[in-house]
Amino acid sequence: MPALIELTDVSAGYPNNPVFTHLSLVVEEGQFAGIIGPTGSGKTTLLKSILGTNVPHGGTVRVMGRPVRQLPPGSIGYVPQLETVDWTFPVTVEQVILMGLYIRRPWIPWASREEKRKVHVLADKLNIGETLHRHIRDVSGGQQQRAFLARALIADPKILVLDEPTAGVDIKTQHDVLHLLAHLNEDGITILLTTHDLNAVASHLPWVICFNKQIIAQGEPKDIFTKDVLERTYGGDIAIVEQDGLLLIAHSTPFHGHPKKKGKNGPVDRTLSF
Amino acid sequence: MDLLTEPFLFEFFRNGLYAAAMVGILCGVIGVFIVLRGMSYIGHGLAHASFGGAVLGYVFNVNFYVGAAVTGFVAAMLINLITRGGKIKADAAIGIVTTAFFAMGVALLSKFRQFTQSFEAALFGNILGVSDSDLMIVAGVMLVTCAAIVLLYKSLLFSTFDPDAAQVFGFKTDLIQMAFAFLLALAIIASMNVVGVTMLAAALVIPATVARMLTDHFGKMLIISTLVGGLTGVAGMYASYHFDMASGASIVLFGSLVFVVVLARNSINERLEFRQRHHHHGEIAHSHGHEHDALHDHAHNHDHDHAHHDHDHPHPHPHDDHHDHPHPHPHGADHDHPHHDEAHGHGVAAVTTPTVKGK
Repeated sequence: MPALIELTDVSAGYPNNPVFTHLSLVVEEGQFAGIIGPTGSGKTTLLKSILGTNVPHGGTVRVMGRPVRQLPPGSIGYVPQLETVDWTFPVTVEQVILMGLYIRRPWIPWASREEKRKVHVLADKLNIGETLHRHIRDVSGGQQQRAFLARALIADPKILVLDEPTAGVDIKTQHDVLHLLAHLNEDGITILLTTHDLNAVASHLPWVICFNKQIIAQGEPKDIFTKDVLERTYGGDIAIVEQDGLLLIAHSTPFHGHPKKKGKNGPVDRTLSF
Repeated sequence: MDLLTEPFLFEFFRNGLYAAAMVGILCGVIGVFIVLRGMSYIGHGLAHASFGGAVLGYVFNVNFYVGAAVTGFVAAMLINLITRGGKIKADAAIGIVTTAFFAMGVALLSKFRQFTQSFEAALFGNILGVSDSDLMIVAGVMLVTCAAIVLLYKSLLFSTFDPDAAQVFGFKTDLIQMAFAFLLALAIIASMNVVGVTMLAAALVIPATVARMLTDHFGKMLIISTLVGGLTGVAGMYASYHFDMASGASIVLFGSLVFVVVLARNSINERLEFRQRHHHHGEIAHSHGHEHDALHDHAHNHDHDHAHHDHDHPHPHPHDDHHDHPHPHPHGADHDHPHHDEAHGHGVAAVTTPTVKGK
């Protein structure tokens, strides 16, 4: 498979305080890859370097064989973190999706019939057809996620980049979103996302990049979700359990928040979080 | 009727009225982007910076408007530059840059001791002294701004809502930011003599804020803000004439009154809606839920115990900061409201209480 995204010796962040240095990474055409790593590991900076919204101060980033800023508009679809969206902004779901087509006719202030038709078709496909005229704040988290996904997809991009698509939504929605992405990937879209949700990654993504200011490891979840790799990525104590063919990853850390309490089975001094 | 026609006998009033209406429209249009970008303070700051430029222009024998426009634009660019690194926030940068330019103007005035009428007008507004050339400038700026806003509608909307995504989708957000700074500087210098530097921030922010309280739709907000700006200018001018007040102050006071009225109307609507949702049926108090579609997943708490029918729908919402849910928020199939359905005949899906717009 040819390289669709290629970072060579890239350093990014503040010049005197880089988030990462000398990073090289290749994402091949048709891949569905997730970048995992703790908060502050540089995942978002890495995504922004690929998207061109953060200009690295060293190295080269090439997407589809050329510098990202020279790509034709609409080549990359981008879904931001829902937490960063201004939900009070006066826009409807339809307007949000239409933004994905704005660059095609930037000087015309209204949407064409064809553009509106395209929005309706895509919205129906993503099960948000009935929400189009509602304010973006007034729909559920899953529908908001789908609205931004629709905005990213409407210009038929070759690459889809998502920043924490599973954050802030419940387990059912996480599952639905990741399944939807898997279908899109089957249709030929290369997908790169960041996430904190190791269990969702383990069960849904075919390729994982463990990242903490550098690439710790990458490969299929079953190969790289080892105690050693995850502890090097996240620090602390990581437990991995395999059940019914599924990997369950738990972060086991000392509990410092409150004085020790006695549980039914003795003192509770550790938490196990999934 | 005389109240409306009598002032029209005077040319100074007619010029003032036209200027106030056009400045109101101008501020209404630009104000939408100022408010939505969270830059309300920048209008205040740039007006002060432009004042410094106007004095500088006067000292160096350059046109008042040219001096003000150049300084306003340079100040906007400096603020953008200083905040780009992320270490210095916009409010601090605005405070430093614009006050420094204003201080320069004050220093020059005190040095040359030539505090002329035109600078007093720039500070406090003197709409009754609007000349024909002033009117032409205001009209020109209004037309250019409205045309630019129409042409840049999509760019401004996208880059205001989600600047990072706008850049990824191919918009040159730096250029859009620069174009907006230029339009803002133009609007400020055109409005300076009419409402005055000290009142300009309110003239920019009030119409857009009122419009935001009345609609959740961007296009409608732009139209309402423009209308509110224009009408506020006209009504403020009449108030200025009949109550013998400074025109800038009367325009801003009238705008503030409109703001208070809309705020009160929204507040009353919210209370009425709250009562409708949390009403009593004899001994039983209950609240209407809100619809959820098939894929509802707001991380809402769907573990309600509906046995008591007094649930208030606690929403552990991932976006708690912006959720005040004044709107009917339909609950869906997952909800089990047997008592509501059977006894009261209103199902779980539809609640048709009026929506109160706004934050």
